[in-house]
Amino acid sequence: MKTLKNTFREFLRYPSAIVGMSIITLLLGIAAYALISIPYKEAVRLWRGGEDVWYQNPKYAAPSWYNFFSSKKAPVSFIVNTTDGTLEKVVTPVTDEITTVDVNYSFDYEYDGFPQEMIIYFSPSVTEKFPFAVIKWITPDGREIKIANMAVEFNSTYRFSQDLKLQAKLKTEEIMQALFSDPQAATPTVLKGKYTLVVNGTTFEQGNTLDMQFVLHGTLFGVAGTDKYRRDLLLPLLYGTPIALAFGLLAALGTSFLTMIIAALGTWYGGWVDELIQRITEINLVLPFLAILIMVGTFYSRSIWLMLGVTILLSIFSGSIKTYRSIFMQSKESSYIEAARAYGASNSRIIFSYLIPRMIPLLIPALVSSVPAFVFLEASLAVLGLGDPVLPTWGKVIDDAWADGALYHGLYYWVLEPAVLLMVTGLGFAMLGFALDRIFNPRLRDI
Amino acid sequence: MAQETLTTPVPTEFKIKKSFMSSTFMRMLKYTAVRLVTIAITITIGIYLTIMIANMGGYVDTIMRNEIRDNTTQSMLANPAFRNLAPEVRAKLIQEKIASQINNLGLNQPFAIRSVRYLKNALTLNLGRSLQMTSDQGSKEVRLILLERLPATLLLTGTSELFLFFSSVFIALSLSRKYGSWLDKMIIVLSPTSASPPWFYGIFFILIFAAVFRILPFGGLVDSPPPENQLDYGLNILKHLILPAMSIVVSAIFLSIYNWRTFFLIYSSEDYVDMAKAKGLLTKDVERRYILRPTLPTIITNFALLVITLWTGFTITETVFLWPGLGITLFRAIGAYDTPVIVGSTIIYAYLLAITVLVLDFVYALVDPRVKVGSGGSK
Repeated sequence: MKTLKNTFREFLRYPSAIVGMSIITLLLGIAAYALISIPYKEAVRLWRGGEDVWYQNPKYAAPSWYNFFSSKKAPVSFIVNTTDGTLEKVVTPVTDEITTVDVNYSFDYEYDGFPQEMIIYFSPSVTEKFPFAVIKWITPDGREIKIANMAVEFNSTYRFSQDLKLQAKLKTEEIMQALFSDPQAATPTVLKGKYTLVVNGTTFEQGNTLDMQFVLHGTLFGVAGTDKYRRDLLLPLLYGTPIALAFGLLAALGTSFLTMIIAALGTWYGGWVDELIQRITEINLVLPFLAILIMVGTFYSRSIWLMLGVTILLSIFSGSIKTYRSIFMQSKESSYIEAARAYGASNSRIIFSYLIPRMIPLLIPALVSSVPAFVFLEASLAVLGLGDPVLPTWGKVIDDAWADGALYHGLYYWVLEPAVLLMVTGLGFAMLGFALDRIFNPRLRDI
Repeated sequence: MAQETLTTPVPTEFKIKKSFMSSTFMRMLKYTAVRLVTIAITITIGIYLTIMIANMGGYVDTIMRNEIRDNTTQSMLANPAFRNLAPEVRAKLIQEKIASQINNLGLNQPFAIRSVRYLKNALTLNLGRSLQMTSDQGSKEVRLILLERLPATLLLTGTSELFLFFSSVFIALSLSRKYGSWLDKMIIVLSPTSASPPWFYGIFFILIFAAVFRILPFGGLVDSPPPENQLDYGLNILKHLILPAMSIVVSAIFLSIYNWRTFFLIYSSEDYVDMAKAKGLLTKDVERRYILRPTLPTIITNFALLVITLWTGFTITETVFLWPGLGITLFRAIGAYDTPVIVGSTIIYAYLLAITVLVLDFVYALVDPRVKVGSGGSK
């Protein structure tokens, strides 16, 4: 107990240990939050979902906090909906059958750029007679533009930019510019102020309702932005955390403990067991590690758990088995082992209760320091296109971004967000491992 | 007479020396033989395992056969010359062509037999012909495909790794002399940054230097079209080399300096170093004779292992920078199920590794008087 306390006090002397520990705690917190808030199946469904899941999001939208750093404010996407009350509708019965549904939505538009698109999704409940809707647009300077008159079918979508009639009427294909720009300006400039969208709907059957959703696709979206497939990048960033941690920690734990146990067995039993272990280590040295992982990924399966297994298998018989072996050789001869042997302790008791526990102080720093390598290995495989096909991981985001030439097109957020997370994770474990190494290896302490 | 008595002892002394030498020689010979045999067995098993994995235990054959069947049928059906033939004749012709192609690739033999033949060919460095990949010259010889990529890989790994090695050893040596300085502390603080692999830094460098500032290219070996002037061509390659080489160096240098520095510090705290300093020797001499000399075996091992990693290249860094080296070739070969290329690049690495390990044993004995070859060093 006292030694533990001392170790802890020692631990606090190292700023890098404290920083590393806080980073790891934070990551564990994020991982727990991600796993609790999004169930595994749901995460896979969302990540694999196409337009049907993500239709409300803009493509290639940078995160909203871009505006903090930029003097030119880009439009942030938003969604308002009559079903959850963010969009207010006024229902007035006219006769028994006819009811009017009016939506009058005003919003401030104080950005310097034009939005990508505006969309209205109608969801009426009707049996035969379709409702009718009139859409109008009122600009800050009081101009009223008639947008469309349309019959609302079961699930109809109205996209402003794709309405050919509206294009003809406004005499331009750039509908967004026409709706948002200042008519006095020579070049297209946004007219800032309060815009109003008016939808006057009429239903023709008793008990009919007309709900709608108004979506503005800006060039910015949410906390993390979106990718080519309109997916919210917050999902892979959040969900990639437990996956990266699980992969890194399991691989590090599996590799270090198995390596140590095998080294202990080899040294204890000696003879052909030791010889065999040494030869396997040498053969393993010849095998190309990354190439074999790539082959497994290409030929068999890209499942992350299979990759994890192969990684552990190939890393067990690594050079560190020789380091452990030489240390076990020394402790094998020490007097307490002699004593254990004298009172008749069994082989397994000596190995697992006496030999291995003495190595734990050496093992822990090595284990913690090896985590980043495995976390990055997963990302590296993803960058080679061998990431897990169903799971949202950080590496997969980088791979998608890379395949789409994100840096070339200036979509820096797409690469930077997962990269920064990877780097922070790597740094956290590396800093902690570094400090632990100094705490447990007194020889390094003064150096 | 007097001269004779003087010369007589000489042969006996010579004799003693000779028997001593021959015993050393015999021991060395025996040791070398044992070492050679173990390494040969190791390589054979390693290569056989690679062959098995690269063929998926024979499953790649099925893929290949189906591919041949598909391609041949398609091309025959599309060929107007065969359109007028009767369907049975055409079917027979297709079957014959498929059979001959399968025969050409040796797919008609059972895999177990073929795997042994592959092993024999690989071990005799008879790398054979690739299944699909071709070199830029259009050759299918695995040797030529690999040779063509070698210069690009050696250029990248050679410049970056050699720079990395020598700069970190020398910086570490000078740091170990003045440890505790701000530079030393900075290296300690920065060393965890080496947790990230080179390609990761590559992404950041591409972002900064290629995407934002537009001063260096995104990737590749030369501009397209390449400059015609020889000098411009060389300069152009150098320009493309900067970012990938910088990624490799930056990703490893801080940890490398830190490790060497710790290593040198441990050796400079030995008593004999203090003694040398107390004697008033020059710092340069202390460094050379009392610190570098005993650490030489480690430095040489690290250098030798580094030299053989030059051959493997950096698969992912090459992929990120589209650097046409061996790493990216291996990756593409795997994607194309081109087992001869995969096995070819593995066998060369295995041989280089084996030779290095073998040579290192003797180099140790040369530079470190404490190590004696064959006197049970490994026990």
